[in-house]
Amino acid sequence: MIEVRIRKVFASGFALDVEFRAGPGIAVLFGPGGAGKTLTLDAVAGFLQPDEGRILLDDRIVFDAAARVNLPPRARRCGYLLPGYALFPHLTVRQNLFFALKHRPRLERHRRVNDTLERFRLTESAGRRPHEVSPGERQRLAVARAVIGEPRVLLVDDAAAGLETPLRAGFHALLRQARQDHDIPVLLVTRNLRECFDLGDAALVLREGRILQSGAPRTLAERPASLEVARLLGVFNLLPVEIAELDPQRNSSRVRWGEHVLVGPYYPGKFRGDRVWLCVRPDQLRLLPRQGRPSPNQVPLELLRTVELPHSVRLEFASEVVVELSRAEFERQKQGREWLVEFPPQAFKAL
Amino acid sequence: MTVDWFPLWLSLRVAAVATVLSLVPGLWLAQRLRRGPDGHAAVAVVPPAVLCGYLAVLLAGERGWVVGWTAAVLAALCEAVPLVALLGRAALASVEGSYKRVAQSLGAPGWRVFWRVSLPLARWPILVAVGLVFSRVLGEVGLALLVAGFALGRGDVLDETLRRAVESGDGGAARILVVAISAVLMVALALTGSRITRQAPK
Repeated sequence: MIEVRIRKVFASGFALDVEFRAGPGIAVLFGPGGAGKTLTLDAVAGFLQPDEGRILLDDRIVFDAAARVNLPPRARRCGYLLPGYALFPHLTVRQNLFFALKHRPRLERHRRVNDTLERFRLTESAGRRPHEVSPGERQRLAVARAVIGEPRVLLVDDAAAGLETPLRAGFHALLRQARQDHDIPVLLVTRNLRECFDLGDAALVLREGRILQSGAPRTLAERPASLEVARLLGVFNLLPVEIAELDPQRNSSRVRWGEHVLVGPYYPGKFRGDRVWLCVRPDQLRLLPRQGRPSPNQVPLELLRTVELPHSVRLEFASEVVVELSRAEFERQKQGREWLVEFPPQAFKAL
Repeated sequence: MTVDWFPLWLSLRVAAVATVLSLVPGLWLAQRLRRGPDGHAAVAVVPPAVLCGYLAVLLAGERGWVVGWTAAVLAALCEAVPLVALLGRAALASVEGSYKRVAQSLGAPGWRVFWRVSLPLARWPILVAVGLVFSRVLGEVGLALLVAGFALGRGDVLDETLRRAVESGDGGAARILVVAISAVLMVALALTGSRITRQAPK
């Protein structure tokens, strides 16, 4: 278990102010560049001293501003995986692993290194230096070195950034394995939403030094807490609307979106005349060929662009509306010339 | 034409010993100055070469307490240590911070990070620094010792011998000594400089 409650104000005026708990499993720190994700990892690892707050690793206080406790990085037992892995180029694979166990008895060191070499399929490369082994082996060595000393937490700072797809998949598999074998919290920094969903047991959305929302990645995709979160996730259609009618009895509402009127559910806490953003995922929208008069919530929109994705097709319409269809559905629809985009009323979330 | 090789041998010996002895205090200083602003590093090289000559006079002069070429080594150290510190600081700064951070997170204390990570990774720039320091001590410090009128028993440092050879009309011996010293300097710089382009991959 890791508990973090820290605040640090930098000379530039940037303030890092985060508070979270994470148990065994992968907690993803997701957000744009400059959000404070790496600074948070640095504070946990001991490379950044916060002005206020407390950090507990495995119920041990490693930092407490009030009690003036600030353990140095070497005493915190954090496995740290950095972009590029920072494997020591002058040491062999075996020596890289030995480095992490220097304080252990000699026999134990040898046993653990041999076990780890075998477990991570590195035995044959043990005598080579990192630049002499394959990219996959380097990856395995990096993870092996980070976990061989039985850290209290594994910190992963966007280490998969820039990797080719097979290597990225391999790295994800290694992290899942590490989570399973070691039963420790893994804090993973990423800007890649797919990685967040692929690996995250929990996700924290950060922006400008603050946590905007936390929860299971699926929750974020279903119920973004704010417009900021919805924009950061970048997976939603966001429609600026004005509330025209609210009917709590029938659990319904009518909103004006440009020249169109859309029907939606009742929005508690909102009033007539309020300007809000409606958020709806591209996969929740339906596409119909235009025939006759549109029904409620069916809006004729001009198709601007079609993007073929590996498993689906993304259709970009005017007014920044995006619809995502399965390939089969797209094949059925693609002969049409004009389309109606249907907004299912219950799919709307007001932000 | 008789060439007295003793001055060349003496100069090489002084430069080599001073360079080797300057490594430990120089690199220690480089590590200490690592976090300071550049101004601190600049201060470290303020002692000019002529100071070495003055120091040599004090050490080996009539009232001096050191005899023989040891005085020249001590004087040369005065020049070599700050230079190693300055060049070593740049060499250590060239090591990517991520290696040190990972080493610390793996439980290594500061001295171990320095000896096992920073120093081996900065070995080529440090070797280049050693070549530069050796060359400077051999040339510039020798000149300063000459200005100070430094003399040791039967022999002089190279620059003094050169002056006497030219003044006494023995140009041949002077030319041979100049070629010899130039060759030594060029080989020292070439050996160390070539390592820059053959650094181990990181």
